Amino acid sequence: MTSVETPSFTELEAVAKRVRRDIIQMITAAKSGHPGGSLSAVELLVGLYFDQMKHDPKNPKWADRDRFILGKGHAAPVLYSVMAEAGYVPKDQLNTLRQLGSIYQGHPDVRFIPALEASTGSLGEGLSVGIGMALAARLNGSPSRTYVVLGDGEIQEGQIWEAAMFGSFHKLDNIVAIVDYNKIQLDGWVKDIMDLEPLGDKWRAFGWHTITIDGHNPSEVRGAYIEAAHTKGKPTAIIAHTIKGKGVSFMENNPKFHGTAPSADECQKALAELA
Amino acid sequence: MPTNTKYELKIGPATREAFGRALVALGRESEQVVVCDADLSKSTYTHLFAKEFPQRFISCGIAEANMVAIGAGLAAAGKIAFVASFSAFVLNKGFEQLRVTAAYPNVPLKVVGTHSGISIGEDGPSQMSIEDLSLATALPGFVVVSPADDASMFALVKTLAYHPAPCFIRAGRAKAAIIYNEGDKFPIGGSKTLLEGKDLTILAHGLMVAESIRAAEALEAEGISTRVIDMYSIKPHDVEAVHKAAAETGAIVVAEEHLTDGGLGVKVAQTVALGTPCVMEFVGVQDRYAESGTPESLLDKYGLLARDVVAAAKKVLARKK
Repeated sequence: MTSVETPSFTELEAVAKRVRRDIIQMITAAKSGHPGGSLSAVELLVGLYFDQMKHDPKNPKWADRDRFILGKGHAAPVLYSVMAEAGYVPKDQLNTLRQLGSIYQGHPDVRFIPALEASTGSLGEGLSVGIGMALAARLNGSPSRTYVVLGDGEIQEGQIWEAAMFGSFHKLDNIVAIVDYNKIQLDGWVKDIMDLEPLGDKWRAFGWHTITIDGHNPSEVRGAYIEAAHTKGKPTAIIAHTIKGKGVSFMENNPKFHGTAPSADECQKALAELA
Repeated sequence: MPTNTKYELKIGPATREAFGRALVALGRESEQVVVCDADLSKSTYTHLFAKEFPQRFISCGIAEANMVAIGAGLAAAGKIAFVASFSAFVLNKGFEQLRVTAAYPNVPLKVVGTHSGISIGEDGPSQMSIEDLSLATALPGFVVVSPADDASMFALVKTLAYHPAPCFIRAGRAKAAIIYNEGDKFPIGGSKTLLEGKDLTILAHGLMVAESIRAAEALEAEGISTRVIDMYSIKPHDVEAVHKAAAETGAIVVAEEHLTDGGLGVKVAQTVALGTPCVMEFVGVQDRYAESGTPESLLDKYGLLARDVVAAAKKVLARKK
């Protein structure tokens, strides 16, 4: 995918639908996992892997590749499914998620999938790792860009704001933080647990070019990534308003599906909605 | 080495200074070397590297957790990345990041903690590091070293820079006695037998190596033949040398400027238990924090002088029968 035609939004939407179906099926098979935050991030990842990132599944360690880190590692199913669609990992094994010996570990693990850029799962660390990679690219004179998807609950971690301070101070314009702002975390609504607002003001105050979008709108997602790539001298934060459990009516905005697998019945209902 | 080897133990530079000089040498050797520091570059001696290679020196501000993870990102992207701070800060504040971004994915990050132990003196316990070896050795896959002097620190920094695993290098603030010569070799997992002996063995690292040599000389004067081994490589440690010491001398004293819970002592005890079990004693900081004072007065009060090693040696010999 070093050079590829710009995909149509219809094509991106078709990929997104397949990814959602995979997410539901793999978490149902695993009987545990995090469907809500996987479903909310689908368009954000599809927009990277199938539209904006320069990468090559046949040459995953290509030095000048763009890099992706899933800060919110518990949304591993969306990453596995997108990487399977892109050809990095086998699609027919997705349903081994979370089983002993499976490459599809509970949280992304580079020991099992070397094409991953980082092992994540402990919240708040991925942005710093991504910044390290962006620094390396700058030192190497490489055009490589690094994208990190963060959970909204995740950015309650103090390290995120250490990284934010660092990114603008060092004028890193090859790093993009994308906040999957689905408004729900494990214990309930973000606003009730540790409100993030005014979120855009916070990122701006930390010196980041800040873009707010509808994270399920492929056109807005593409526009934000392009704007970030054209922003020089400072890093970009994309605040993507999303819906937890997006695409499955009974999962949408339902805190229960942060970390609960669907039952076999619920799986069938969900797949019917995603037909 | 012959039993009658004499060590002058002339006072040399602190091991943190050797670390700083080794960084500069590495920087000249490879464009890939980068150094991160958290506002302590004058104390950690990374300022030497910063002066010569400002583009490759990364100021992280006082944010050690972030620094560790950024260093891991640099290392994962192919850089020879060092992160440095006081041991107390980089290991305690950065431990979770060392675990998830370096140890677990086996990213070859180089972590350097200066101001280890209690010999930093007046600044007191918040800046002292007496738990760092327990923490660093608890990280699967980490290589952990604690060099005793200038030459061994310089050599080990240069060796570990190219080692494809995460590493922790323990450095001190206090001036360190000169034991080795420039060019001496310090392989990972090795040790140096500094004095031969048959009645007991003292295993030490860091500044306790010089104290142990002094202790051995005092014991020798009383007719007690004492082997002294510098266990600069804490993890992996020289299992063969430990087995040999246990089998041949039948009594071991471990001396370290660290808590006796964790550190080299427990690792050696584990090894001894698996080989030829023998009596052991442990010289180190007992289950407590120290306080402010001159380095000398602290080592005296907290039992880290040659005198204390001698006392432990006599105790272990009394139990040997």
